[in-house]
Amino acid sequence: MSTTITIKNLSKHFGKVVALDNVSLVIEPETFVTLLGPSGCGKTTLLRCVAGLEDPDGGEIYIGNKLVFSYDQGISLPPGQRELGLVFQNYALWPHMKVDKNITFALEIQKLGKEEMQKRVKEALAEVKMEGYEDRYPREMSGGQQQRIALARMLAYRPKVFLMDEPLSNLDARLRMDMRTELKRLHHISGATTLYVTHDQVEALTMSTNIAVMKEGVLQQFDVPDKIYHFPANLFVADFIGNPKVNLLDGVVSGENSVDLGKFKITIDTFNAAGSVVVGLRPEDIVISTQPVPGAVEFSAYSVLPSGADSTIIARLGDLELTIKVMGISKIKMDEKIWLTFNPHTLNLYDKESGNLITS
Amino acid sequence: MAVPAISTQPFSQRLLASSRRFLHWLTSTRVVLSLIMLALMFVMVIIPLYKLVETTVTWQAHDLTRVPDAVVGELTIFHWVRMLTGIIGKIYTYTPLQHSMTIAVGSTLLALLIGGSLAWLVVRTDMPGRKLVNQLAVLPYIMPSWTLAQAWLVFFKNRLTGGTPGVFEFLVGQAPPNWLSYGPVPIIICSALHYYTFFFLFVSAALMSIDSNLEEAGDLMGASRWRILRKITLPLVLPAILSGVIMTFSKVMGTFGGPNILGLPVRYYVVATMVRGSLAAGEGGDAFVLAIVLILFAITTIYINQRLVGTRRSYETIGGRGFVSNQSKLGKYKRAFQIAVIVFQILVIAVPIGLLLLNTLMLIDGNYTFGNLTLQHWIGARDTHYNSGEPGVLLNPKIWQTAWNSIKLSLLTAFFTALLGIVLGYAIVKGRGTRLSKLVEQLAYIPYVIPGIAFGAVYIAMFARKLGPFPPLYGTFALLVIVSVSKHLPYSSRSGVSAMMQVGRELEEAGMVAGANVWQRFRRIIFPLTRSGFMSGFLLTFITTMRELSLIILLVTPSTQLLASQTMFYTENGDAQMANVVILILIALVVAGNFIIGKFSRGGSLQKGLGM
Repeated sequence: MSTTITIKNLSKHFGKVVALDNVSLVIEPETFVTLLGPSGCGKTTLLRCVAGLEDPDGGEIYIGNKLVFSYDQGISLPPGQRELGLVFQNYALWPHMKVDKNITFALEIQKLGKEEMQKRVKEALAEVKMEGYEDRYPREMSGGQQQRIALARMLAYRPKVFLMDEPLSNLDARLRMDMRTELKRLHHISGATTLYVTHDQVEALTMSTNIAVMKEGVLQQFDVPDKIYHFPANLFVADFIGNPKVNLLDGVVSGENSVDLGKFKITIDTFNAAGSVVVGLRPEDIVISTQPVPGAVEFSAYSVLPSGADSTIIARLGDLELTIKVMGISKIKMDEKIWLTFNPHTLNLYDKESGNLITS
Repeated sequence: MAVPAISTQPFSQRLLASSRRFLHWLTSTRVVLSLIMLALMFVMVIIPLYKLVETTVTWQAHDLTRVPDAVVGELTIFHWVRMLTGIIGKIYTYTPLQHSMTIAVGSTLLALLIGGSLAWLVVRTDMPGRKLVNQLAVLPYIMPSWTLAQAWLVFFKNRLTGGTPGVFEFLVGQAPPNWLSYGPVPIIICSALHYYTFFFLFVSAALMSIDSNLEEAGDLMGASRWRILRKITLPLVLPAILSGVIMTFSKVMGTFGGPNILGLPVRYYVVATMVRGSLAAGEGGDAFVLAIVLILFAITTIYINQRLVGTRRSYETIGGRGFVSNQSKLGKYKRAFQIAVIVFQILVIAVPIGLLLLNTLMLIDGNYTFGNLTLQHWIGARDTHYNSGEPGVLLNPKIWQTAWNSIKLSLLTAFFTALLGIVLGYAIVKGRGTRLSKLVEQLAYIPYVIPGIAFGAVYIAMFARKLGPFPPLYGTFALLVIVSVSKHLPYSSRSGVSAMMQVGRELEEAGMVAGANVWQRFRRIIFPLTRSGFMSGFLLTFITTMRELSLIILLVTPSTQLLASQTMFYTENGDAQMANVVILILIALVVAGNFIIGKFSRGGSLQKGLGM
């Protein structure tokens, strides 16, 4: 299985609301691509357009070599002819059918033989570790089990492309972790090109080959998770990705390699920056010390929030507030003096006006 | 909209693409179904309304007797001038309109008082036996609306009609005065006792959905009980009350049975009886002017109400169950309230039926001796002395035919109503937010604002003659089916929409992704999931059609006679006992139908049928 999904200049409006604004995206074969963004950013609309459940009002979509949608040619294949599988947010299992009927529904439409269908049901249930559940009605299963059945239903008819619309958002935290593991495994084994919608950045970062971050119908950045996290293309992506949130500080470039933040100056190694900028500092990239260190800036610990594996410290200098993340349970006390060191290699600079990343 | 990129394609290709896109839109299931429904509703509602108006502004053949040089078919304002001015306007239009208004306002207020109080007692007090009261409270509505009028006549009539005394005169020894026997007072009471069910259902639902905490909050702030009722409870149930007002008012405005039975003897005409009178006299143009006046009145009322309810309507959605609901303690009056309610329910349910039954067992009306008791009207042989020579009802093949007509009509109407419900529900819900969907929903709502008798008049106007591809349907059974289905369109659409809303769109979309075509999706997903909703819709339509009178009274002919209209013809013919036998049969059929609803459709209920 090696199917590319090519999305060209896709636009979609709902009345006056722009859901998709000229989105172009190539999803390479066998990759796991996540559409990430806050609610209303157009990610689900994009998925539904690919599935054929919505008709865009501009652009083209190819699945493999097949043109499934083209506004300019007036082509729109129905979902059933696009050879894709879709897992819905609320699973959409048919409540009046038992598990086996839910799974064989599509197979009956493909007119598979009885034995083949039985085989497929068994295989699919085994793949999601739900053997022996053939005779249950959806309402007789937990949310996590329903989720697995929804997955099995998709696997059984062997689509070329997997589409998933926030499939884990209705599960509790623990189950979600388990399902992430399983889904990633499943993708690893099947190699099916997967388009996955989520608003959960951790989910996106943990599972994806590539992440497409969207906002108000516009594609903000399409890259591997590493790049998305460490080199967000603009202030929106920087702010959206990362927990705790990135520190964004207004400043003015002063001299060759320093930015004046008002209270203090910070060293940078980006050379083509000038004028007003925003400095992006990841909380874990700030080094904290309880003793004065050369080059460090003195702050005071406003609040200390340990959470087991790591601790979050809110540091203040006048009205300037920074979030810092350290490993382990911090020994720092509230209102204690602390000294912060900033690493010029790990900080990002953004143009104040456009909000775009300034690359060196 | 974003500025579209300037296309470099040649014109012919662009044309091809846009026609393909249009075809794609046109052939999507919801659009096809919407267009079919629009076409159907155009024929069933819009054209008849147009014909109705057209008839009033053109010369009719009948007018030649009055204006010999008129050209039939030419435009004229003759009917409007005649019906709205001078002495004829007063007699034919303004006085009946005034009467209709009096009755509608009176019944609505009385029904509100009864229904509201009952609802409060059942939902918010510790009165014993509330469950039973709750179940019995809807019975008067299930019975035909003119049952009470007939029973009233049996009890209170004086010798003005038929020259025989009523039960009252027999018991008291003195004839009741005319105002008690006939006219507005009994009509208002009988209508109110039938329609209070609307208020009972709406207000009790609203009261149930109010969280007592809201009232307790007021209580804690030291507000008096009366103040809490006035400032907190009342505003919250106001939308429910106003919905009840709309329904009751427009129903009573168009109601025919009660005014015909209790109004005619003292020449107390309302618009509904006047429409029929004019039509019977062949004055189609005049009758239709009255029908239009009635429609305009109904629309105005609903419009005013809608404006009043306006944003408040949204309160109705406050809700769900599981609220804390505290109950007022009636204390030492507990028993007194209970007895009052029981007496009331006996008076409006058992006594009328008992009176009708007694009446059917009397050989000669008004003769209250044991020797006069007989089964002649039920199973008696043909006897020229009684009932214009007709045999007892149960031996009368004509009545069997009539009963079969009623059942057949109710079944067919229920079937088509349910079917259209599926189609309308799908077309409206799947297109939510589009103009097409709104148009379909609004068109389906129109019959709701047309009073029953006017709707019947509309259909006479439409189908009395051949019109385009439609043969003259007047006098056919098909016409009765069509008019009943059309009048039920609003209920179809409402029950269809609520049934379809319960099926999440993903369930159908999952079927689309799996490659199922429209028919497979309907058969295997949508229909199984909405079946129970449509079943209760089916049975409820069956009941309401069975006892519908105002709608079909203008359209039945001897060969398409129905039980409901048969009672009216017997009454008018002076065969009151025969009429009452037929009413009792009708009640038995309707109650049996209601029983079946409770039995076979889990969750199906009158509430659902009323679109709540």
